[in-house]
Amino acid sequence: MLTLAVLALGAAGCGRGDDDDEGAAAGTTAADTGGEQLSGDVEADGSSTVGPLTTAAAESYREQQPGVNVTVGISGTGGGFERFCAGETDISDASRPIHDDDEAPVCADAGIEYQNYQVAVDALTVVVNSENDWVTCLTTEQLKKIWEPKAEGKITNWNQIDPSFPDQKLTLAGPGTDSGTFDYFTDEINGEEGASRTDYNASEDDNVVVQAVAGDKGGLGYFGYTYYEENTDTLKAVEIDGGDGCVAPSRESAQDGAYTPLSRPLFIYVKTESIQTKPQVAGFVDFYLNNLDTIAEAAQYITVPDDVVSENLSKLQTQEG
Amino acid sequence: MTTQDLTAGTQPEAFRLRAERRRWGEVVVKACLALCALVSVATTVGIIVALVVPSIEFFREVSIVDFFTDDRWAPLFKPASFGVRPLLVGTLVITFWACVVCLPCGLGAAIYMSEYARPRVRNIIKPALETLAGIPTVVLGFFALTFLTPHFQDLGLDVGVFNVLAAGTAVGILLIPVVASISEDAMVAVPQDLRDGAYALGSSRLQVSTRIVVPAAISGIVASFVLAISRAIGETMIVLIAAGGIAQITFDPREQVQTMTAFIGATGIGDVPTGSIEYKTIFAVGLTLFVITFVMNMISIRLVRKYRDVYE
Repeated sequence: MLTLAVLALGAAGCGRGDDDDEGAAAGTTAADTGGEQLSGDVEADGSSTVGPLTTAAAESYREQQPGVNVTVGISGTGGGFERFCAGETDISDASRPIHDDDEAPVCADAGIEYQNYQVAVDALTVVVNSENDWVTCLTTEQLKKIWEPKAEGKITNWNQIDPSFPDQKLTLAGPGTDSGTFDYFTDEINGEEGASRTDYNASEDDNVVVQAVAGDKGGLGYFGYTYYEENTDTLKAVEIDGGDGCVAPSRESAQDGAYTPLSRPLFIYVKTESIQTKPQVAGFVDFYLNNLDTIAEAAQYITVPDDVVSENLSKLQTQEG
Repeated sequence: MTTQDLTAGTQPEAFRLRAERRRWGEVVVKACLALCALVSVATTVGIIVALVVPSIEFFREVSIVDFFTDDRWAPLFKPASFGVRPLLVGTLVITFWACVVCLPCGLGAAIYMSEYARPRVRNIIKPALETLAGIPTVVLGFFALTFLTPHFQDLGLDVGVFNVLAAGTAVGILLIPVVASISEDAMVAVPQDLRDGAYALGSSRLQVSTRIVVPAAISGIVASFVLAISRAIGETMIVLIAAGGIAQITFDPREQVQTMTAFIGATGIGDVPTGSIEYKTIFAVGLTLFVITFVMNMISIRLVRKYRDVYE
């Protein structure tokens, strides 16, 4: 068992050396660790937003390590930390840092040491019809006015949002309640996760949102930034004013945190004991952090900047001890 | 002669109505046919059980009074509310517009094919209608979304991207062959003597069609109407694609609605956790839908029985 662990770590170490500057070399890691067939379980749980990312990583990892079984639960960030600090999981997916006041002490009391890694940037884009020539920027207050539960049936015209906007019917579309995007948007804009008006076209299929907004001059909707990138010709993105002026959504503004509050870093928290005693966890996390570009792309998130990639890898080296 | 022979069959030497040996082939055939009939009965029973059990659990958590009287349908949101009326109204308006299209068009096509068309024309139109019946509903859904809606907008109708009018029209187009085909069969079955009699009295072709043939075939025509309405209520794919996703009470055909079937479809493909109240909602709506179509079919059977045999 111990030798296996050492071998796996050695092999993983080679892979890291190659990938330090660019995470694109997915094939390199595959070749390096290909010789070591690991087995066992990796337990991950937590945020429904990070879940798809960890699932994408698990799917790619299975191609080179079919013996490793990665389970990804989606109990929410808080629920994930509860299980993590009870020692039930190896990896906790989180769409926010761990709370220092109530969550971190539970882990400390249970003697669970961990390290966090930023794995992607989540950014939401508010879109309007390309013929919409009256709005370029919306404040978070205006977004709240549009989307909060009490707007239901009342805010139905653009001129109710701002008197300078024309008399144009407001048609809304957005993700359904199953999606992490919905949770994030309602939490940030309306102040409570899941609190939203219900009289909008809610669909789990982002393409329905695109159709609804692209086909209606008064349409407004929101979804993940990467999906907007594929539809820039039919839709117009709105700049968001979170209190410090209008910022347009882009990869750069999301990565450096300027596009606030609709962009946020996503994390995984990894238990140190699992990294050091379970070779399959070490192998999986190593693979995950070395292929963030492809994994983030597959799960439709913005990838982290290069300096975060190298920071992650040096943190991992320290954690492996 | 034959009737006499049959009554004479009481004499054992002359006639034996029962086979001397059991015909095993016949027994097997009979069993197979009974099994086929049983499959449909068993399926119906299975569906009822599958719907009723989760629905009972649903109504333990949500009062049945709220379900039918509340005007807000938002089972997946916080705070959740479970008033099914917006979905009922959505289904109703879609069915209404489908009927506006399919009942007159279907009946007109049936009268034309049965009474007016020459055999050559009929041989072209009938297969064309049957082809229409074979078009997958998903295709008609996109036809409504990407063809009907933009053209309605070109005509100056202020319809949204998703709207009742286009979806209802597409459902109606889907059902024209149902009405036309069944009605036409009923009209063709009207005895020629009735028509000849009317012509002999100097009736025009229109009079024969509307006053003789349609009343004579009314049981078949009514059956086709009720079947079309049931199908319109149950149609899923077209409304899922083209009618929108907002559960609201509106009778404006330019607005979008959500029907019961579209709710089931949209929620079923999402990932609501099994056993949750959201999950059971699907079954409660399904049961409501089942009861409605069941009642429709009962009415249809009644009507058909009532008007049958008048001319036969």
